[in-house]
Amino acid sequence: MSTKHEDFVLAVEGLTVSFDGFKAVNDLSFYVDEGEIRVIIGPNGAGKTTVLDLICGRTQATSGSIKFRGEELTRMKEHQIVHHGVGRKFQNPSIYDDLSVFENLEISYPRGRSVFGSLMFKRDREVIEEVENIAEIIFLQNDLDKPAGLLSHGQKQWLEIGMLLIQKPDLLMLDEPVAGMSVAERKKTAELLNRITQGRSVIVIEHDMQFVEDIAHRVTVMHQGKVLSEGSMERVKNDPKVIEVYLGH
Amino acid sequence: MRQRSNIRFMSRQEVLGYVLLAVILLAIIPLSLDVFRLNLIGKYLTYAFVALGLVLCWGYGGILSLGQGVFFGLGGYCMAMFLKLEASDPESTKIQSTPGIPDFMDWNQITELPWWWEPFRQLPFALSAIVLLPTLFAFIIGVAMFKLRVGGVYFAIITQAIAAIMTILIIGQQGYTGGVNGITDLRTLLGWDIRSDSAKVILYYVCSAALFICLLLSQFIRYKKLGRILVAMRDREDRVRFSGYDVANFKIFVFCLSAMFSAIGGAMFTLQVGFMSPSFVGIVPSIEMVIYCAVGGRLSLLGAVYGTLLVNWAKTIFSETFPELWLFAMGALFIAVVMAFPNGLASLFKRYIEPKLPAWYSGKTAGLGASIMRTDSSKETVGKEALEEKNRVVSKPISKPETVGTMAPSSDEKLEGGVYVD
Repeated sequence: MSTKHEDFVLAVEGLTVSFDGFKAVNDLSFYVDEGEIRVIIGPNGAGKTTVLDLICGRTQATSGSIKFRGEELTRMKEHQIVHHGVGRKFQNPSIYDDLSVFENLEISYPRGRSVFGSLMFKRDREVIEEVENIAEIIFLQNDLDKPAGLLSHGQKQWLEIGMLLIQKPDLLMLDEPVAGMSVAERKKTAELLNRITQGRSVIVIEHDMQFVEDIAHRVTVMHQGKVLSEGSMERVKNDPKVIEVYLGH
Repeated sequence: MRQRSNIRFMSRQEVLGYVLLAVILLAIIPLSLDVFRLNLIGKYLTYAFVALGLVLCWGYGGILSLGQGVFFGLGGYCMAMFLKLEASDPESTKIQSTPGIPDFMDWNQITELPWWWEPFRQLPFALSAIVLLPTLFAFIIGVAMFKLRVGGVYFAIITQAIAAIMTILIIGQQGYTGGVNGITDLRTLLGWDIRSDSAKVILYYVCSAALFICLLLSQFIRYKKLGRILVAMRDREDRVRFSGYDVANFKIFVFCLSAMFSAIGGAMFTLQVGFMSPSFVGIVPSIEMVIYCAVGGRLSLLGAVYGTLLVNWAKTIFSETFPELWLFAMGALFIAVVMAFPNGLASLFKRYIEPKLPAWYSGKTAGLGASIMRTDSSKETVGKEALEEKNRVVSKPISKPETVGTMAPSSDEKLEGGVYVD
């Protein structure tokens, strides 16, 4: 392992995945710094979601490496990757409709994750305080007893973000966190993200350019499974290659 | 917050439900029926073990097994092997060409007891085998299937295939298993005649008590975080996985538990009915057991017991009058239940009977109707009302898509997020 990897939270190198010969992600490399908010943008089918799938273990890479704090993720199982500190939010709000908001957050609390651990799990003061704490951050402190299925779309998105926060991940990956949200909700979400990224790195996939400008430290533009351009929003916006495939039409 | 920290093992309604079931099973039924009918109810109750296992496995965990008869049968056969060996002492089998072995072996020209029958002479071994053997088998199936992420309909089909294979195996190995007739003519358990009236009454009580133990064990699991993880897994398997849980282990656990319950039911069946045969192992009985669970309500532990009793009672009445129509009636019942009230009798009870019950039934602060919403007692709205509320809310966007448009004004392709309906 070269020392170079140690500087980054996440180092993706030469990552390739092919589905029946189609290379959804093709020799992709990028690096995420400690405490950085990285936004991945790109046209539909550029392979953005596939990259997140590869990092969190949902899809197996054909070749290449993903190192998280120097540890290879490509050979780990999904739950082990989570235990190492990678959290993933899905594109559609993925919460447990039949359970209350409290229970949704409680399940995500990182304790008692084995079968017998979950039988022995006690809802003690520590758990309750942490759940209430997170609920306040995600604007749901008054809805803890509500079945999650009753929440509005935006609230469900926040709940899922909260479920990740309670895991205390070092790397948070969010797939279109503001899709389907109202303008007011978007603003609140941007605020939320800026607040929760203290002390952790975040990868966000997003289409909403205003939102990207609000939160991104650096932007990676993907096109046909490859990195087309990378840098500050300002730089990327003025990159002629990017304008051609994505922004200018 | 104080209240939230003390989730209760049972809500007031659940306590009342268990008490009522106990009164019915332990007092009303034994006092009002003759021994023949009581024995019949005892036989039905053995199926309730399977239905109960299915509530956990299918209703909670979302894993539909169409092969629970296999575990019922394995448990039943383990019990039958012990009883058969006891019934086949050299004295009472002296007319056989090889005395001291089960009669069906003798008929099949087998002259020596197979080595794997030998340990079943010991009751402790037989009892452990009843519990452990089917559980181990379920574990092997579970590891093979769930670790490879086989689920849903594929899992159901595979369990059905296993049920078919098991039947063929038992029938084919007639010399070792008694073939299509099964293991019959069981008489005594450690010298105690299980065919006598008094034994039947005692066995009925033993069966009811065992059922209650399984019910309380299930209740305990539902009350712990494990129960909520099962529900979560049924709703969003991926989310559970990416919350750091190895989903396969939870599926294996609940599948093994349901197998263990079925096996205990099978052993109780053998004891009360006096034989075990492949007709309780195959596809048809396995599916029948799923129907008991569906009729009772696949989310209701107590519903499983009532569903089983009701369907079997109907079966007895109906098949006495129109024996050849019973299977059709059963099929129709299953379709009707799934289409009209997918959560079974339990949901009908919650909707129509519970609201009419006097206030002491729900208590002043409880009001926690819906079984899976049972978090805490601080708000009355969590529970049945909330669940109904949910149904209303959920049904709204479907009928009026235009309201959804205002919910998700940004991009059209993301609209589905706004109408998220499960």
